[in-house]
Amino acid sequence: MSSLLNSYFVKTHKLEISITIIAIVLFLIYFLGAPHVFTRFPIYRAFMQSMPFFGIIAISATFVVTLGEIDLSFPSIVGITSLIFGIIMTSTDGNFFIAFILATSLGMFAGLVNGLLVTKIGIPSIVATIGTLFFWRGLVNVISQGSGIAIVDVADGTWHHMIFVEKLFGKIPMQFIWFIVLTGLMQWVYRYHKFGNHIHFVGDNKASAQMMGINVDNVKIIAFVQLGFFSALAGIFTMYEMLYFWPTQGEGLMLTTLAAVFVGGTSVFGGKGTIFGTFIGVLIIGSLESGIVALGLSGFYVKFINGLMITVAVTVYALIQRRKN
Amino acid sequence: MAEELLKLENIYKNFGNVKVLKDVNIKINKGEVVALIGDNGAGKSTLIKVITGVHSPNSGKVFFKEKEVQIKSVAQSRKMGIEAVYQERALCDQQELFRNIFAGREITNSFGFLDIKKQRKEAEKILRDYIGFTSKAITVDSPVMGLSGGEKQGVAFGRSLYFNSDLIVLDEPTMGLSIQETEKVLNFVKGLKNENKSAIFIDHNIIHVYGAADRFIILDRGEVVGEFNKEDISREELVKKMIQLHESGKIKVEN
Repeated sequence: MSSLLNSYFVKTHKLEISITIIAIVLFLIYFLGAPHVFTRFPIYRAFMQSMPFFGIIAISATFVVTLGEIDLSFPSIVGITSLIFGIIMTSTDGNFFIAFILATSLGMFAGLVNGLLVTKIGIPSIVATIGTLFFWRGLVNVISQGSGIAIVDVADGTWHHMIFVEKLFGKIPMQFIWFIVLTGLMQWVYRYHKFGNHIHFVGDNKASAQMMGINVDNVKIIAFVQLGFFSALAGIFTMYEMLYFWPTQGEGLMLTTLAAVFVGGTSVFGGKGTIFGTFIGVLIIGSLESGIVALGLSGFYVKFINGLMITVAVTVYALIQRRKN
Repeated sequence: MAEELLKLENIYKNFGNVKVLKDVNIKINKGEVVALIGDNGAGKSTLIKVITGVHSPNSGKVFFKEKEVQIKSVAQSRKMGIEAVYQERALCDQQELFRNIFAGREITNSFGFLDIKKQRKEAEKILRDYIGFTSKAITVDSPVMGLSGGEKQGVAFGRSLYFNSDLIVLDEPTMGLSIQETEKVLNFVKGLKNENKSAIFIDHNIIHVYGAADRFIILDRGEVVGEFNKEDISREELVKKMIQLHESGKIKVEN
């Protein structure tokens, strides 16, 4: 009986199982190749500290990718919402609620713009979001005039600083706890909520979804809006960690975030994906740099191995997909 | 006198400058199977989409169960009791059967979370009781991808029966099916009559149409150009009329 259950589980979770095995192998390599680093806690603390910033966005972007769409503008949405957060925090003497609400609202507005461009105007998402990528970054530059904003005086030592980025029991960064909780929540929505269900149907076959009575445009718009929200949230987390806004904030996020989604096994063609896979993808992509350096390879290998992982993973998934068809 | 289920009056539909439907009047009674026939571009699919709420007509009236209605969405037409069975397009390939059956009208709690257990149980019932799937290889957790064309059509039928619709709209239900599977699908259509349900269907194959339908409505370039009851016309005559229409662009109606 249990073997039967197991085989059913294996059959329906092929992607999740393969990505998990890849991650385990990778960490074994780290472990065996650099035991002096990987048998100690600090490296894991560093991972837990840095991964959530792009991990939160990757989880949220999984919804958009499952739709068969893409959003390239989120690095700039992180930028503009962080800027607004910084401006309001400093000008209200640290009014967290106003800053939080306005920054996340702006993020959702930016997502709404993306969603409307894609659905109502009919611009392919890759093109529309290249436009908004430049637009929001440009606006950051115009408003900030190239200078940063320090929020250390109004944020450091506050309760909100504590719940966002301080260490639980002095060891576990709070942002990692949030990341885990959000991943669990989003996984639930992705598989078991009507919205997640509709995401799958629209990504699978837009025309069929429409005929089954699913409002395709609304589903897409909401997907972009939630990505805007989580981009803003990731920006706020980064602000608390760094206590500083700088005008290029978010720029490095694009490739790692999307790489985590694709390495995680979400189909580029839409209709199929996994939040758990993205989570493992975040662990893989987020650990590569330190892992490679710890193994004694030079930093020059980081991008190379990153690229290799992504290309191989996407190829394997495409082949699995093709064999099924 | 048969009871009227659906009536369309003076329906016009344009896409930009193209007049796809011109003054269409049709009526479907309870327990009646009506076939829509006509060449490509005759407006059959558009007419069907007006009935299922995918398109709204530019003008004209729609009556359902003798009440005037305006069908603005698929969800609304479903609620009224009109269910569309579109060829393989009715289902999403990569999603599980139980999700497909309830797509667009999921069983949820008040927060919108799916009742997976109930959906699977009901889907199981549909597979067993309405469709008669006995194959162990197909379960409610199978993705639609692995099903044959006839099985997909069966699922779509089962879904419409389960939701207890009064009018089932079939868009090319036998396209691309094997002879055996076509037989199955036509039996489904005939079975509808026993449950006093109505159906309207499009099919290119007059032989299929003739066997399953009670009445034939011929569309040509957006207009109804002929209407025949099965007892008034033989299969050969119907084929002859269609060829005539195809060649001369006109149809002779002798009565």
